[in-house]
Amino acid sequence: MSQFALEITDLKKTYDSDVVALKGINLSVKEGDFFALLGPNGAGKSSTIGIIASLVTKSAGKVKIFDIDTDVNFPEAKRLLGVVSQEINFNNFEKVIDIVTTQAGFYGIPLKDSKLKTELTLKRLGLWEKRNEQARTLSGGFKRRLMIAKALIHEPKLLILDEPTAGVDIELRREMWEFLKEINAQGTTIILTTHYLEEAEQLCKNIAIIDHGELVENTSMKDLLSRLDVQGFVLDIDQSLDQAPSIPNFPITLEDSTTLNVAIQKDQSINDLFDQLTSLGINVSSMRNESNRLEEMFIEMVKKS
Amino acid sequence: MKRRNEILVSLITLIRKEIKRYLRIWVQTLVPPAVTMSLYFVIFGSLIGPRIGTMDGLDYIQFMIPGLIMMSVITNSYANVVSSFYSVKFQKSIEELLVSPMPNWAILVGFIMGGVSRGVLIGCIVFCVSLFFYPSFTIVNPLLTISVLFLTAILFSLMGFINAIFADSFDDISIIPTFVLTPLIYLGGVFYSINILPDIWRNISMANPMLYVVNTFREGMLGVSDVSIPFALAMIVFFIVMLTSACLFLLHRGVGTRQ
Repeated sequence: MSQFALEITDLKKTYDSDVVALKGINLSVKEGDFFALLGPNGAGKSSTIGIIASLVTKSAGKVKIFDIDTDVNFPEAKRLLGVVSQEINFNNFEKVIDIVTTQAGFYGIPLKDSKLKTELTLKRLGLWEKRNEQARTLSGGFKRRLMIAKALIHEPKLLILDEPTAGVDIELRREMWEFLKEINAQGTTIILTTHYLEEAEQLCKNIAIIDHGELVENTSMKDLLSRLDVQGFVLDIDQSLDQAPSIPNFPITLEDSTTLNVAIQKDQSINDLFDQLTSLGINVSSMRNESNRLEEMFIEMVKKS
Repeated sequence: MKRRNEILVSLITLIRKEIKRYLRIWVQTLVPPAVTMSLYFVIFGSLIGPRIGTMDGLDYIQFMIPGLIMMSVITNSYANVVSSFYSVKFQKSIEELLVSPMPNWAILVGFIMGGVSRGVLIGCIVFCVSLFFYPSFTIVNPLLTISVLFLTAILFSLMGFINAIFADSFDDISIIPTFVLTPLIYLGGVFYSINILPDIWRNISMANPMLYVVNTFREGMLGVSDVSIPFALAMIVFFIVMLTSACLFLLHRGVGTRQ
């Protein structure tokens, strides 16, 4: 068995409108990985996913799913692949249970087995109570869950999610994160595209950034974050201040009277900062990273490309 | 063997889904043809028909029955596939099929079987309605009748599929039925024999493909026809083969389905 769930070689796509979406992407995703594919709107993420899922025809290049060349045996490759598209792609007038059972049938799962699998999948995603409702009556969050249920019904080894939490409230997003972590831990390789970079940082082990149809970065999340020259920290302090304290080499701003934001260079010591704050009589009660670390780097990379 | 079973299951799933789709909205799909054809039988058959007299030696209402059945089969087979396939494109639920391991031919057969089943079912309903107005109707050649019924439903389902592939809006799926199919059907010998036309119009009518479909069916039901039956059957089969090849080619190239 291949150690790669997905291998993309020199993938190119030019649309009929002469728009060049992909200029020759090379990408490998290891089996068991939780992989983030990031990029701004129009970068080529959805074209890449579309080609893998056979929703878009490629202009050139190769795609292998678990070592199966999609040009040689696409049906076999498709059996190992589950795709959650960005846009809702089911008949809104059908019942939830029928949508999922039918999808199982399209994968060749006999009706008796597909009914059982549908029940298990809907229960797993908290949709069982809504099984007899028409899909159009579901809330946005439940529609997203239904999309995931459809993609998982044939138990794929590789699951690709194109912005699965777009428009989903925080609570449901967190629930979905837990669910995705769980199925990844059970062995499913996951590729995720998202605009919430915090999401990628929380979930993904490896990351690729794509822009203008080219890969501008492909590394581990840890390595990427370690390359940050400046890290932002939020400090909660005991007393109330009217203005930010002035400490040489440590730019500090006041978020509110008891919260400080400070930018620390990679080669600076946090202990120095604490020492100087203590000498000014300021006591730090808690400290945390600013959550937009990856966003800063992402914007920097996309600007460079 | 496993792969073959999987394809069979996926095909049955698609056919079941297609049949459920039009049965779920039976008030829109099954009732209107029965009502419309009843009106044709009342007005043209029972009220005006006796004043017309006979057509090709048959009572006018008797002459009209095969034509009206064919008209229903053609319009419903076409309408079912064009609306269903365009809807799955419009709603993007076609992605459910494209991401699955179903081969293109199975997708095509699934939709065509949906159209054929509706066309044949409507044909049977209209025939049952006609028996209320002409109870003594007997079918002369059941084998030819059933063969033409199915072949016609297949042919126009394929046409509907191609229309849906190229359609980009709901307008595009109504233009062909309204401005091409309906006029050709009405001028294709549903209500009259082309023998009553002047020579020039008779010759022009011979270029209307509907004439061959309607007359072959009439030959099966009543034993009368204005055209050569072997030639008509050969043409129907020829166009089925051509259109099937075209549909498979378009699906393979992803025209209208893949970007």
